[in-house]
Amino acid sequence: MPALSTAHSVVAPSSTSRWIAGTIVITYAVITMIPLVWIVLTSFKTPPDSIAYPPKVVFEPTLEGYCNLFTTRTRQPPEYIASLPPAEDVCDEIARSRNMVIAGPSNVVPRFVNSIVIAFGSTFLAVLLGTLAAYGFSRFKVPLKDDLLFFILSTRMMPPVAVAIPIYLMYRELGLTDSRLGMILLYTAVNVSLAVWLLKGFIDEIPREYEDAAMVDGYTRLQAFRLTVLPQAATGIAATAIFCLIFAWNEYAFAVLLTSGEAQTMPPFIPFIIGEGGQDWPAVSAATTLFLVPIFVFTILLRKHLLRGITFGAVRK
Amino acid sequence: MADVRLKGLSKTFNKRLAVDDLSLDIRHGEFFVLLGPTGAGKTTTLRLIAGLERPDKGSVSIGGRDVTHSEPAERDCAFVFQQYSLYPHLTVYDNLAFPLKSPLRRLSKEDIDVRVREVAETVHISHKLDSKATQLSGGEMQRVGIGRALVRRPNIYLMDEPLSSLDARLRSDLRLELKRIQQDTGATLLYVTHDQIEAMTMASRIGILENGRLVQCGTPREIYENPASVYVATRLGTPRINLLPAGVIPAGSEPTGTSVIGVRTEHVVLGDPSSSASKARIGKVERLGDQTFLHVDVEGHKLVLLADPHVALEADRAVGLSLRAPLFFAADGARIHAGQEARQ
Ligand SMILES: Nc1ncnc2c1ncn2[C@@H]1O[C@H](COP(=O)(O)OP(=O)(O)O)[C@@H](O)[C@H]1O
Ligand SMILES: [Mg+2]
Repeated sequence: MPALSTAHSVVAPSSTSRWIAGTIVITYAVITMIPLVWIVLTSFKTPPDSIAYPPKVVFEPTLEGYCNLFTTRTRQPPEYIASLPPAEDVCDEIARSRNMVIAGPSNVVPRFVNSIVIAFGSTFLAVLLGTLAAYGFSRFKVPLKDDLLFFILSTRMMPPVAVAIPIYLMYRELGLTDSRLGMILLYTAVNVSLAVWLLKGFIDEIPREYEDAAMVDGYTRLQAFRLTVLPQAATGIAATAIFCLIFAWNEYAFAVLLTSGEAQTMPPFIPFIIGEGGQDWPAVSAATTLFLVPIFVFTILLRKHLLRGITFGAVRK
Repeated sequence: MADVRLKGLSKTFNKRLAVDDLSLDIRHGEFFVLLGPTGAGKTTTLRLIAGLERPDKGSVSIGGRDVTHSEPAERDCAFVFQQYSLYPHLTVYDNLAFPLKSPLRRLSKEDIDVRVREVAETVHISHKLDSKATQLSGGEMQRVGIGRALVRRPNIYLMDEPLSSLDARLRSDLRLELKRIQQDTGATLLYVTHDQIEAMTMASRIGILENGRLVQCGTPREIYENPASVYVATRLGTPRINLLPAGVIPAGSEPTGTSVIGVRTEHVVLGDPSSSASKARIGKVERLGDQTFLHVDVEGHKLVLLADPHVALEADRAVGLSLRAPLFFAADGARIHAGQEARQ
């Protein structure tokens, strides 16, 4: 198992093929990284710099985007601003230089908290339910097992948005619109099918002798599951959790449709960060940059499991 | 430790009988070996006793208590599996301690530690206690697997071909070791194997399984000398018993209904061609090192016999051959004793 399972190709790659592979990987990485880098750069530009043409690669960095993201501001006459006591912090200063004063915090923090609660909450639920269901399907005689599994998979055969209207009506009846609970349930429902299928693959590969051994040794099935199956399925669970989290974190269509205040997540919030005279691109970029951080951290934390998890099936024990 | 009694056990998988009306008494302190080829239902029998499968019919009682419907944990058996015996995510120490840590047992950390170290001594694995289970060799893994059963004092030890994946040397070492441990502790042990040598060397009693049915049960000697059928006779003895159609070689008082004669080395007397019942010819002399097989052609049939390694035998020589009390079998494979009629 893990310790002995490193797959080695029989022939070491030649230097040419390694060079070609390296070039391809680097090219691909650069292409995918450019938009991200551009977003991060833009978040440190002034609004005029952000829409300058030709685009500015070299510019004077400013925190204006971040300040604008976290605050709301009002325009004031210069005389009024001059009469104020000295600025308290950077954001104050930047605002005043634009003839504005900070009126209060923006909605970004509650939106961010919503995103965290909804995405992690639904991921936790989907993985929990998925693991239990996958274990059941893998180990027990379930009547109509194949049909049930197909049914579960079939819920993903159309884009979830296709049922947006029925769900909207249903949620309105149930009073679940614009609530965190509603969003958690919705994302859980969408993700659980993926979780069941991914995890069933992993659990199928864990020989049942381990649970049998534990049960003979004096453990209940649930204890045996927790002590022998869960640790061995950790890789699969981590990979599944990341897939679920990425979906829930980035989901846009339902979020636009079903949330507007209370439970609004970041995706519908970000595009509507408006400054004076239209879109405030540095603030939008700042929001996007911050939005990337949790997924980034989560993925790094689970990276060890992920590599083995995503290639599951390809590498045999 | 306790008696184990199986009564009329049957188990069907997908309409195929894996265990068929099996009744068996395993006595307290006995080393019982179930012998049968792959697919005979050995593993299924063990799983039925341990409670990992539910029988379709029949009952299991352990120590006089009917446990047919009890959970595995309540039966207090220890099981050594044929493969995958160790938890790959745990160290050797934790693997050995695992059965003791069960909430059912409530042992203190110190007690567990003492037991684990004791057993690690017994199975010679003390130097690897901190290794991950996956870092062991096959032999070491299986020793830990056996050790994990031995840390407990269960009603019965169930062992499913625990030595089959090991090399010959280790197998014979562990065979002796297991037998010794069983004798020292007076444990009741049900051991399952397809290897006749394991059965012959370790068993107090052997049960022969054929397609899920227990066809004969007895001490190794009884089964070897007095097999109930052709099937049982072919299970034991190296080289395998020779089967000849009746009448090829005169066999003295052949009972009526005999259709097959079973001939082992001890049933054959080789002698002078002129004074023997049949004329034969020595074909190949096969020297395996510790054993010498003699291939003998007689009336167009081939016999394989065990030869004395000290006797110089040349190939391609005419000899006389007579039989001395061979085994007689009816057309359906059932044994017929000399002076008896075939049962119809
Ligand atoms: N879980 C199962 N599902 C279906 N068939 C099984 C199962 N377990 C055993 N069998 C079948 O039952 C028969 C006996 O199997 P088993 O007890 O494993 O034999 P052995 O251990 O003697 O090799 C075999 O034909 C096997 O295919
Ligand atoms: Mg088996």
